[in-house]
Amino acid sequence: MEEKDGRAIVTVIGQDRVGIIAGVAGVLAENNVNILDISQTVLQEFFAMIMVVDLKESRVGFHELQTLLAAAGEKLGVEVRLQHADVFRYMHRI
Amino acid sequence: MSALFSSSEILETIRMVQVENLDIRTVTLGISLRDCATSDLKETCRRVYDKITRTAERLVPVVEEVESRFGIPIVNKRIAVTPMALVGEPSGAEDYVPLAEALDRAARTVGVNFIGGFSALVHKGFTSGDRALMRSLPRALATTERVCASVNVGTTKAGLNMDAVRDLGHIIKETALLTADQGGIGCAKLVVFCNAPEDNPFMAGAFHGVGEAECAVNVGVSGPGVVLAAVRQHPEADLGTIATVIKNTAFKITRMGELVAREVSRRLGVPFGIVDLSLAPTTAQGDSVAEILEALGLERCGACGTTAALALLNDAVKKGGAMASSYVGGLSGAFIPVSEDAGMIRAVKEGALTLEKLEAMTAVCSVGLDMFAVPGDTPPEVISALIADEAAIGMINKKTTAVRVIPAPGKKAGDMVEFGGLLGRAPVMPVNTFSPAAFVARGGRIPAPLLALSN
Repeated sequence: MEEKDGRAIVTVIGQDRVGIIAGVAGVLAENNVNILDISQTVLQEFFAMIMVVDLKESRVGFHELQTLLAAAGEKLGVEVRLQHADVFRYMHRI
Repeated sequence: MSALFSSSEILETIRMVQVENLDIRTVTLGISLRDCATSDLKETCRRVYDKITRTAERLVPVVEEVESRFGIPIVNKRIAVTPMALVGEPSGAEDYVPLAEALDRAARTVGVNFIGGFSALVHKGFTSGDRALMRSLPRALATTERVCASVNVGTTKAGLNMDAVRDLGHIIKETALLTADQGGIGCAKLVVFCNAPEDNPFMAGAFHGVGEAECAVNVGVSGPGVVLAAVRQHPEADLGTIATVIKNTAFKITRMGELVAREVSRRLGVPFGIVDLSLAPTTAQGDSVAEILEALGLERCGACGTTAALALLNDAVKKGGAMASSYVGGLSGAFIPVSEDAGMIRAVKEGALTLEKLEAMTAVCSVGLDMFAVPGDTPPEVISALIADEAAIGMINKKTTAVRVIPAPGKKAGDMVEFGGLLGRAPVMPVNTFSPAAFVARGGRIPAPLLALSN
């Protein structure tokens, strides 16, 4: 990754079912992306999972990882997004 | 979650983008073309095309990269250039249509949907270049697709150039006729300003002012949908509390603009100019400034109370936004274009919103009488007088005002004009039919107000 700070946020939103965490974490592990933190909550009637990940040692680029995660999400019937962590820091904090 | 991130904040960001249409409305690259002026118009055109395509070559791919990385939609990539009246002037040419065509070609080549700056600043008077540009406006707007034009006819410091205002009535009518087959769409690309900002990223009024650097990245945020959702969550709150809710929301929206502006600027190697805090609506349901006013408690936008509600909204957006960005500029206020806001369209169609009320609203917000249609047979002097009224509001209140009016060919009050895409659809509004002809025919200059004597 080109950033010194390789932190990004993975969000997973959709209907809860068996295997979501395993499916998403599997893609991350295959590409050597470390999960720093993970939490789960309910957003209106949907299941929402948030992961803070470290992309410093990632074997693939940001865009490719986005594509892989989105594909995994499609198989699981959930939406998976990868966004740079700055978005969330910047919006709420100075 | 670690201390740096909170789940609720992360989910709020996601919701704002997914559900409430939060986006960055435009990343606009300002480019100076002052060094392109030559004594030969053909050569000037060549330099203009070359400089824009060279400077903006990476704009679209870089913005798309930033969009994907941050997961925030960036709707438009645009370019603003030096007012072309200045660039064309040394050529001595009478016809500037070739310059507009060069801009259009350059916009196509780099893949931006609009390029602004086919402009003249005539608030105190005309130079030969200004006259050539204004003469060329109708044909330039009819023969190009992506070129946006503007004319600054007044400032608080200089007063109002009523000769320019008079001429523009005819120019706007002619532009409508030349683009009659598309509802007079040429007029949607022409803004008449008082106190025009030099760093506005929004079309159609964007140009790269003469006090600007070689290049600058200016960003316009959006987010009426996000503000609407926040207001709707507080149906019982008093107006002081609502102002705070809007401020908090505007802060978050503007932070996204600041983040995107800094990242695009870094990647392009072009200085960051400003973030424009404007709430810019779209025709998407729920992405409407009029609906925010209605959520504040008005049955329809245009009802008595609309001006007060808009004043509150506009001020709260600025207060929240100003905290969020290190450089705020451009127009920075709530936009109320009629054709581009589903709630405004409905209010006009139902008879809740009249032209007179719209004018009152422009006294307390950005930016003016914007994207509204009047009957095709409206005489040029009435168009001029409309412009004069709006410019006077800007001049006296030390603010930017603008007019973007479409005298829709063949249409009468109550008809609809379709522009399509971002420009939307406009219900034709009735105009006062008493004549201002003798007033407009006087011409001359309305002197700068006493407010101008501030030194």
